[in-house]
Amino acid sequence: MNGSGFFRRLWALCRKEFVQLWRDNSSLLIGTVLPIILIVLIGSGISLDVKNAPVAVVLEDASPTAQDAVSFLSGSAYFSPRYVTSRREAVRLMDAREVNAILVVPVDFTAKLARREAKLQLISYGADPTTATSITGYVEAGVAAFNASRVAGYAPRGMVTVESRMWFNDAHSSTWYFVPGLMMLITTIVGVFLTSLVMAREWERGTLESIFVTPVRKEELLLAKMIPYFCIAMLGFFLCLLASHYIYGVPLHGSLLMLVVSSVLYLFVALGLGLLISAATKSQFLASQVSLVMSLLPAMMLSGFLFDLRSVPAWVAAVGHALPSTYYLELLKSLFLAGNNWPLIGKNCAILAVYAVLLLGLAFLATRKKVE
Amino acid sequence: MDPWQAFLQKVRWMVRKELLATLSDPRTRFILIVPVLVQTMLFGYTATYDLDLAPYVVLDRSHSSAASDFETDIDGSPAFRRVRTLANSNEIAEAIDSGEAMLAISIPPDFETKLNRGEASPIQVITDGRNTMTATAASSYVEHIAAAFNAERNPKANAVTLENIAWYNPNLITRWTFLPSLIAMLAFNQVLILSGLSVAREREQGTFDQLLVTPMSPAIILIGKAAVPVLMGMIQSTLVLLICRFWFQIPMAGNPLTLWTVLFVFTLSCTGIGLSISAISSTMQQVMVYCFLLLMPMILLSGIATPVANMPEALQILTYADPLRFALDSVWRVYLEGCGLSAIAGNFVPMLAVAAVTFPLAGWLFRHNLG
Amino acid sequence: MRDGNIVEAKELVKRFTPKGAPPVTALGGIELSLQTGCLTAVIGPDGAGKTTLMRLIAGLLTPTAGTLRVLGMDVQGHEQEIQNRLSYMPQKFGLYEDLTIAENMTLYANLHGVPQETRATRFPHLLDMTGLANFTGRLAGKLSGGMKQKLGLACTLVRSPDLLLLDEPTVGVDPLSRRELWDILQRLSKEEQLSIFVSTAYMDEAELCRRVYVMNHGRLLASGSPEELRGLARGRCYRMAPPPGVPMRVLQGMLLDDRENIVDAVPERGAVHFIRRESATEEAMRARLPLPFEAADERLEDGFMCLLRADEEKNAAGQTEALAFAPLSLDANHAPGDDIDIEVRELVRKFGDFTAVDKTSFEVRRGEVFGLLGPNGAGKTTTFRMLCGLLPLTSGHLSVAGVNLRDARTEARANIGYVAQKFSLYGNLTVEQNLSFFGGAYGLSRERIKQRLAEILREFHLETYRHAPAESLPGGYKQRLSMAAALLHQPRILFLDEPTSGIDPLARRDFWRQITDLAAKGTTIIVTTHFMEEAEYCDRIMIQDQGKLRALGTPADLRAQNGDESATMNEVFIRIVEKAREKGGTAG
Repeated sequence: MNGSGFFRRLWALCRKEFVQLWRDNSSLLIGTVLPIILIVLIGSGISLDVKNAPVAVVLEDASPTAQDAVSFLSGSAYFSPRYVTSRREAVRLMDAREVNAILVVPVDFTAKLARREAKLQLISYGADPTTATSITGYVEAGVAAFNASRVAGYAPRGMVTVESRMWFNDAHSSTWYFVPGLMMLITTIVGVFLTSLVMAREWERGTLESIFVTPVRKEELLLAKMIPYFCIAMLGFFLCLLASHYIYGVPLHGSLLMLVVSSVLYLFVALGLGLLISAATKSQFLASQVSLVMSLLPAMMLSGFLFDLRSVPAWVAAVGHALPSTYYLELLKSLFLAGNNWPLIGKNCAILAVYAVLLLGLAFLATRKKVE
Repeated sequence: MDPWQAFLQKVRWMVRKELLATLSDPRTRFILIVPVLVQTMLFGYTATYDLDLAPYVVLDRSHSSAASDFETDIDGSPAFRRVRTLANSNEIAEAIDSGEAMLAISIPPDFETKLNRGEASPIQVITDGRNTMTATAASSYVEHIAAAFNAERNPKANAVTLENIAWYNPNLITRWTFLPSLIAMLAFNQVLILSGLSVAREREQGTFDQLLVTPMSPAIILIGKAAVPVLMGMIQSTLVLLICRFWFQIPMAGNPLTLWTVLFVFTLSCTGIGLSISAISSTMQQVMVYCFLLLMPMILLSGIATPVANMPEALQILTYADPLRFALDSVWRVYLEGCGLSAIAGNFVPMLAVAAVTFPLAGWLFRHNLG
Repeated sequence: MRDGNIVEAKELVKRFTPKGAPPVTALGGIELSLQTGCLTAVIGPDGAGKTTLMRLIAGLLTPTAGTLRVLGMDVQGHEQEIQNRLSYMPQKFGLYEDLTIAENMTLYANLHGVPQETRATRFPHLLDMTGLANFTGRLAGKLSGGMKQKLGLACTLVRSPDLLLLDEPTVGVDPLSRRELWDILQRLSKEEQLSIFVSTAYMDEAELCRRVYVMNHGRLLASGSPEELRGLARGRCYRMAPPPGVPMRVLQGMLLDDRENIVDAVPERGAVHFIRRESATEEAMRARLPLPFEAADERLEDGFMCLLRADEEKNAAGQTEALAFAPLSLDANHAPGDDIDIEVRELVRKFGDFTAVDKTSFEVRRGEVFGLLGPNGAGKTTTFRMLCGLLPLTSGHLSVAGVNLRDARTEARANIGYVAQKFSLYGNLTVEQNLSFFGGAYGLSRERIKQRLAEILREFHLETYRHAPAESLPGGYKQRLSMAAALLHQPRILFLDEPTSGIDPLARRDFWRQITDLAAKGTTIIVTTHFMEEAEYCDRIMIQDQGKLRALGTPADLRAQNGDESATMNEVFIRIVEKAREKGGTAG
């Protein structure tokens, strides 16, 4: 009797939740439309890879040799050079933000080249260091190639060359890098943000008072809130997965099963946090603010989504490592791009499980069938 | 009392009421100020693509003095921190896979031999592509160290040398760009949500009708409703600005007044968007949903993560509706370059256009969306 | 369990300790025993502790001290067992507005584990009883206030509980729906021997109960059968009819002002019903009062008012201070002016296919008190919102102080004052901040605001609360503050939307005394109300039902037209609406 009562009540509450979701479909929008918008934006628009960067070339020395030295610009997909005759003109273009860098070929370039003392000057726009660094790298490579054609007459004492290989991102594409983070964000938004908001709404509107005085137990109330939002988050998750795989060719090197398992674990963490926030604030306004500040912004900034936690000061890394999203993201990236790294999977899943138990437990304790 | 004076007086009362209603709750005051400070500090330290003691491992199969010279150069760089010295090549995969190291450097047995023969002597650098940004940065750091190593051994090896100068940010520190962008971005979140909730909250509490039966025109209500978000936006931006300037010591080239003008116009346009959302929503939950649907794409399109110039043409056109894009560009140019108003005048046009559309829209909706 | 007590409270205390504020004693030592199988009511003004008591019984609050046994169990530690067996309808029943009537009921049936076979008979019965059978597919959010309450009751009754708790189930419900609801309760009590405990603000409802508890300020003042409580005023009740041309409210106000001799006065069935104090003999009264009067039967309300007045006077410190008004006179000119302040012709408002207000015409003259009455969903609020310019009309003509406020220049709104149905001033602003804001909003100058603020704070006895946040005020004072805010700019026309819904009888007397005062000074007043007896305060009333105007005239006219000179307004109202509905066919 008791067991069947549990499932009957749970089913009744879940059904109510689904009907509400269907009627006020704004929550469904967050679960479905937002992931699609974001994945399309990220997949097609958001690219860190610089292409056709406008560069002003000041040919103070217009000799054929000098022109040969900077000819790599014209043939490259990375640049779209604009040849000007004076530094003044170049600076004007830079100030108008029409070019991202200025490459100066000084008057004495050809003369000095014979003495192997020639210089090129690259002025980049430091206010955008990401682009500036990329451009510098490409120009350096171009200059190195020119140098390589000029080794005649010089006996080198041996040079170290660097052969770089980037593992786990064969396409060197930033889409690959953003997709796991995006899935983490969607799960966080639905799990923490939406859940805390809808639960706080029940407190605010007084609907819980009448529900409390029924045979319903609080674990049933909490589960009934978790299940529908769990489904929405999973829907968003799979939409991301399909879109990233079939549209943008992001590979999945690890096990799909583990990907789902870890996502389920992280969702429990997020749902626990959402329910805890709503039980503590009981107000939609505060719940939304707290979940924004406590979950979404840190998940975006501190989890390693945008920035690598391995190159930040220790105390910031410590804050980052206190966030469950950090472990989930690490798992996602690893599963997508690297494959099954079992020690990492084991460790991170364990950490997520601990967080899930802790937060769900706290949410359970904080929710009381009382109105005071 | 002439009408103009009466108008101003009503505006004053309305603004005063809005300030009191929003800021008299200590929890709201806390939520509007403290998180911004904490976030600026945390994100200020996190938000960098520059390497700071990034962990690496080395596999030295050369055991030569040249190799150890080269390793010393790497260890000496503030960018890297050696976490382990490997004994065989199998360990590389393990170190990278587990995330223990961001890059692995492998020096082959014939490293010194080749160098001494005057040949090119390759080393292998393996980076962790799960974090593309830092992986790319790490290999280019190693390349620079190698170049310096070569230049020392081979003066005049290169016929042409490249002299790098970066304006406005000589060391190309990413933090110098990222932190000023927080001046606009952190306020952006709050301004949108605050203005979005303002009318919806009054609707839910029933006070909005009371307001509409008073002889206050929609314009006055609009000004009053805009005052708090704009003010909070300005205060939050100023707090972030102060932290940028005095805690992180990012030199400010421009005039604070110019910056404030930019921020004012920016928060105004965000407030317009927020108020329009508020006017079409009947519940606070709807406001939050719409805010989210706008927030994330607007941030992505703003150029904060990736330059707008890298986006496809269609998306670039879309960014004109995103005030954050123009605010960021203006903040960078004023803060780092020291531009005056005339240099960034073009950025005001789209922001003002957004405000000019959204404010009248919101004002019209106030009266015409009354169930 | 059939005999014995279903609820037993001994020295029950509940204290709330809000953060940063002194603790509030909501219940200070209550002794209570509810008999099994009995319909029991608790009555008392706002803040008496009725809701706290209900919530304690339902196990939603933890008692601070004392014992509370429900269904033979100590509430503490047995909340779930008790909640499994009782049904509780909170004051604002938490219906899910985006679920339909059927879905709401099914949800509760599932939660209570009502078997399908039982549902098949019980659901139609409940729907029939509540008159909701035709709307099962409608969303709860789209129902009128009365229908919502009935749906709440239906959800509460999806199964037969051992104890039914109802917290003010009829607040904001019109007389027709109220009567239907109480028919249901009485039937349940009689036919199913259900134990019911209900809190209410309506005396006619308490009269229907076997036993009544009277509470005030967290204490029990008295308990007994309705007859016993009524007996407290026995031999002290009288009726006095006003002379022609004098509104009843003026006479009632004059009697009410005579606090030394009179406990309470209220207009009823065309005359003023009043209670003398025990200290004032009938002879002394005859000598003192200007008009002849006759003895009248005592009512439950009279007993209640006697208890309440005595208690208030005993605890004079810190209680609601009575308002002082200019003395009234029977000789003054009480006729409304000739100017027409509000003119409505052929007013129509449609929402989609639904006609909320259908071809309604009326006018209100300067200085008149005009009542808008009707069942829930009759179109009162829609009419009201159109008059205030909050809603555009579909067709027809409307002018308030010469203009349609919706299209007129905003300054025209300075002529009107507006008090909304639910408290709608800024809760976290202080009394002074609220008042000066509305002063500013109505365009008063700074000096004028200062002056009016001082006047109005004095007039409404709000000085002590001057710097208190509005939301922290007790119910009656909130009502005063709403009035104060609407009157600060001394409007010509005052709109009041159900101003007395949910406030206690004492505060209601105060409120109407003030209306009498304003009307005497020439303010035009439009008021909607659910308390039909309050129609007696109005010069003229209009009754709407299903969007149509059903009756318009003075209370005496309507009473005469509907046959019975001695009928209460409640009865008149029900008769008019029923008659119109019969004629109109099956609308419902």
